[in-house]
Amino acid sequence: MAQASPFTTPQTHPKKRSGRNREKWIAFLFLLPSILAIAIFVYGFIGWTGYISLSKWNTFVQDLTFSGLGNYRFLFNDFRFQSDLRNTIIFTVLFTLLCIGLGLFLAVLLDQKIKWEGLFRNIFIFPMALSFIVTGVVWQWIFNPSTGINLILKKIGITDPPLWYVQTRVVLPLHIGQIQFGVPMALIAVVIAAVWQLSGFTMAMYLSGLRSIPDELKEAARVDGATEWQTFRYILLPQLKPITFSAVVILGHISLKIFDLIYAMTGPGAAFVTDMPGLYMVETTFKGSHYAQGASIAIIMLLLVSLLIVPYLIFTFRKEETA
Amino acid sequence: MTLSRTGQIILYAILIILALLFLTPIYIMVITSIKPINEATLSGMWKLPSHVDLESYQIAFEKLSPNILNSFYLVIPATILSAVLGSLNGYILSKWRFPGSNILFTLILFGMFIPYQSILIPLIQFLQKIQLYNTIPGLILVHVVYGIPITTLIFRNFYANIPTEMIEAAKIDGNGIWGIYQRIILPLSIPGFVVVGIWQFTQIWNEFLFAVTITNTSQQPIMVALQNLSGSQIIQWNIQMAGALLAALPTLIVYIFLGKYFIRGLLAGSLKG
Repeated sequence: MAQASPFTTPQTHPKKRSGRNREKWIAFLFLLPSILAIAIFVYGFIGWTGYISLSKWNTFVQDLTFSGLGNYRFLFNDFRFQSDLRNTIIFTVLFTLLCIGLGLFLAVLLDQKIKWEGLFRNIFIFPMALSFIVTGVVWQWIFNPSTGINLILKKIGITDPPLWYVQTRVVLPLHIGQIQFGVPMALIAVVIAAVWQLSGFTMAMYLSGLRSIPDELKEAARVDGATEWQTFRYILLPQLKPITFSAVVILGHISLKIFDLIYAMTGPGAAFVTDMPGLYMVETTFKGSHYAQGASIAIIMLLLVSLLIVPYLIFTFRKEETA
Repeated sequence: MTLSRTGQIILYAILIILALLFLTPIYIMVITSIKPINEATLSGMWKLPSHVDLESYQIAFEKLSPNILNSFYLVIPATILSAVLGSLNGYILSKWRFPGSNILFTLILFGMFIPYQSILIPLIQFLQKIQLYNTIPGLILVHVVYGIPITTLIFRNFYANIPTEMIEAAKIDGNGIWGIYQRIILPLSIPGFVVVGIWQFTQIWNEFLFAVTITNTSQQPIMVALQNLSGSQIIQWNIQMAGALLAALPTLIVYIFLGKYFIRGLLAGSLKG
């Protein structure tokens, strides 16, 4: 392009364009504080945790001497961590399935144009407003083997009620290494408390999904002679797939990270039947000063969560880009 | 929809039974908290108290009130600051996209899903270095920073519904980024601020991991104090339940009066927007 002389009238097009570019830079500057904060507090700190996990810092005194994968090797041979991995997988599967099942069931019930819908909906969602600590404190009493639910079970004639979270039995045991792979009975109590707290969330998601399906679609199915069940199975359920996908990702990542509920309700439990990586990390780091081991647990937790989240983020990113 | 008469009865029966089950923990909390000490026993857990005794509330409040105050000092500034940041970010990321802005947004979002254990050790080292460890301002900083992803997400989805034509018209009228934000976006943002405010208030009030690892003694927010209360052996459980109810009260009140916005935040936070 020819050099603009100060005497010629500036062309409007290039000026407008550079103005727009300037605005883009201002836009970027608006974001800069947040970008820096996230870069340091998320990515920088994760990097630093990764570095600590490869060090020998397992005492009160900071020691960043490189130790390679020693801490990870220790963990995978550690009975407590092996139990944690079993627990976290079993907990995640049970918790996610139950929340989705119950949430969908409740949403379908509430979608039947019932009276007092708002009241029912509020009752099913309110546990979401509570803290896991509050939930833990209350459910700890409900599942206490010498009171709570067991008083009712005894009243209806069950003389030998379950010990709930005190139970150390692992159902369907399969020995791998030092641990029994299977379903620890003690976890059931924790799963119930967690489902109580979060199934209202899946219900809200499904309910909004059901409401966004056009009535004509349902009507058309009925006109074609489909039964209620067929309408649900072949018309509504496929439409709800993206919601199920989101729900799995969100519930899954909550459960892989779970900490407060366990901390307040049961702690690690006898033989670590209710222990989770999140709890082990905090205890070993801040009570035992095993910083490098704590960092290794944290990195493994991050990898587990990333397995679920990264594909999801890439998927939503692609959808957004093409939209 | 036409359900048969028996169908209707079964439907309502199931809903009522499930609603009662969902309310059971609240029943236990309430009746236990109003029991006199000698009636708060293991064997009498489900029984109603012989009379209402509010002494447990008095004891729980004496023990917990400094921590409840700490929580308010923490939650109010943290909520406001993170909402303001989220609003600015959401505005830029929905209305002033630049090359790479979607990647940037995705990278910010990832911060919402990480287990906070994976940043906890460096975070504590950092807070110690800048002398904010074991302080409420330190916790405020933490909640503002880690609140950025969710508040940005909710505001971005919220602003996506503001028509681009309005922005274009304002640009033609000679408004820049800041002018458009002040004159058009901000006045339309009130429902967005309510949703984000309620969401952040609830989340920060209920948060435990940062609270328990970053503060000790007199700086502890309510959830840590509640956990300590129930962890000690001598405390009677009528006092524990009174404490739990007191700790839950602010978020429950918010939920009861502004439940609609709470649910909206819930859905917006689940990436559906």
